[in-house]
Amino acid sequence: MALSRDDVAKLADLARLELTETELERLVGQLDLILTAVDSVSQAATAEVAPTSHALALVNVMRDDVVTASLPREAVLAMAPAVEDGRFRVPRILGESA
Amino acid sequence: MSPAPALLDFDRAMALFDPALGLEVHVELNTRSKMFCGCSTEFGAEPNSQTCPVCLGLPGSLPVLNRRAVESAIRIGLALNCSIASQCRFARKNYFYPDMPKDFQTSQYDEPICHDGRVTVEVEGRQIVIEIERAHMEEDAGKLVHVGGSTGRIQGADHSLLDYNRAGVPLVEIVTKPILGAGAQAPQVARAYVAYLRDLLRALGVSDVRMEQGSLRCDANVSLMPRGATELGTRTETKNVNSLRSIERALRYEIRRQAGLLVAGGRVKQETRHWHEDSGTTSPGRSKEQAEDYRYFPEPDLAPVAPDPEWVERLRLELPEAPPQRAAWLRAEWGFTEAEMRDVTGGGALDLVVRTVAAGAAPAAARKWWTTELARWANSAGVELEAVPMTAEQVAEVQALIDQGVINDRLARRVFEAVLAGQGDPAAVVRDLGLAVLSDGSALRQAVQRAIADQPEVAQRIRQGKVQAVGALIGQVMRDLRGRGDAAAIRQLILDELTSGQEAG
Ligand SMILES: [Zn+2]
Repeated sequence: MALSRDDVAKLADLARLELTETELERLVGQLDLILTAVDSVSQAATAEVAPTSHALALVNVMRDDVVTASLPREAVLAMAPAVEDGRFRVPRILGESA
Repeated sequence: MSPAPALLDFDRAMALFDPALGLEVHVELNTRSKMFCGCSTEFGAEPNSQTCPVCLGLPGSLPVLNRRAVESAIRIGLALNCSIASQCRFARKNYFYPDMPKDFQTSQYDEPICHDGRVTVEVEGRQIVIEIERAHMEEDAGKLVHVGGSTGRIQGADHSLLDYNRAGVPLVEIVTKPILGAGAQAPQVARAYVAYLRDLLRALGVSDVRMEQGSLRCDANVSLMPRGATELGTRTETKNVNSLRSIERALRYEIRRQAGLLVAGGRVKQETRHWHEDSGTTSPGRSKEQAEDYRYFPEPDLAPVAPDPEWVERLRLELPEAPPQRAAWLRAEWGFTEAEMRDVTGGGALDLVVRTVAAGAAPAAARKWWTTELARWANSAGVELEAVPMTAEQVAEVQALIDQGVINDRLARRVFEAVLAGQGDPAAVVRDLGLAVLSDGSALRQAVQRAIADQPEVAQRIRQGKVQAVGALIGQVMRDLRGRGDAAAIRQLILDELTSGQEAG
């Protein structure tokens, strides 16, 4: 399956990456190569082999519903680009209405 | 941009189109800790005081699933008559929005834990089966506040503020299959379904199910197709619908809006819309991303969940009674007629009546206050009965005051008004406002004597044995005491007064 320039441009947009025309051209070729490599896996997979989504054959890794300590508030807010009223301050969101 | 076509009259819209509904309900679970970390889920804490590397998505952190959240999800699925997946997994839903610090939401996509269920709801005596497509586990997002806009909305806002305490709180999302054939009852069906879920989830004890606090949220999808057509029309998804009443209103509005568009030769745009409670309208939000835009992929950091069949069976056996069965035996126990019980359940008063009875009131009295006085108050205030600022215990207290003869029904109404206005508990209100019935004492005796003196000819007729004439005097005493009298006590007092007068004379 061939990846088009538009596919890559859309993916870049969804990932919030700004790519130049040259970068796009280069990535179309590279991503196409990766997809072809991944595609070869499907030649090995047969109907009897279930698709793998996890590297370890583990299920039901769970914890009890117990509260543990959270990070100190100051430490959390120190990571924010800007703080107001104990909250993370972000620019207004464009093209949205809520 | 040309102005939007006018709304079409609802009845006319229903004559031309069949609505198809789809409801997505998010339930915030009442676990102590978050879905994938040990941060507390307690409501109302200082902003950003309940976060950690896992729920903030800091590099190197690893999520671990909350067993009780999984148990709640399974119990919800069982109560909705769903199949429980023998194995399921989580997925990452990728999108950028500041309420999601991880830049993805951990959800379930192709393998929900519960699928293919059904429930039956009743609207105006008609049973409607609602098919459940799935119920899956996911996590909540943080809370955004928009600053600078006049209305707290994003339009005109300068910037936004975020509290991530809610990010990572466990949610179960319950999705219906398209609900067809409801016709003009569609808005009521949606409301009845969400009310059913609310009662069911409360009975399960898995959530606080407070719509006004956001622990139960409904997104309502609706589309219209010309009558007789079989292909579904383009749908819109209305968000921000946070009461049962607004579900019905929002759907009526959306049906009228879409019908207006279609009749004018326009097309419905597939989009998310926001409900505005104040104006009773919806407005467009962001255009809906396609599922593929979220680039879902299996969550590599969480092992799949394979619920032990024995565990599932045990949970099935421990399920509480379904709300309709519970209502049936409560009706028998309380001795209500079917119509009386419909008033109670339809008005969302069942649990309130249960609690009022538990607090000592007779069932008929509990029903009376919740379905009349308090229902009227809720209706005019535009809130759910649950949100009325009066507790079941306070209602039982008012009834106890009536039973003890401290107040009568008429005074009780004034006590309700005062309690609802936040003036304190019933007993305190009665004391502070001097609302107690004057069953004896000098004030009552004086009022009786005044009435006799004012209407000597009536008094004379009573002395002559025309006891039915006493009503005129009782009426005057009641007016004099501004309703604080007990009619039976006044009657006795008047008769005593006139008889003793006779003996003396
Ligand atoms: Zn956390």
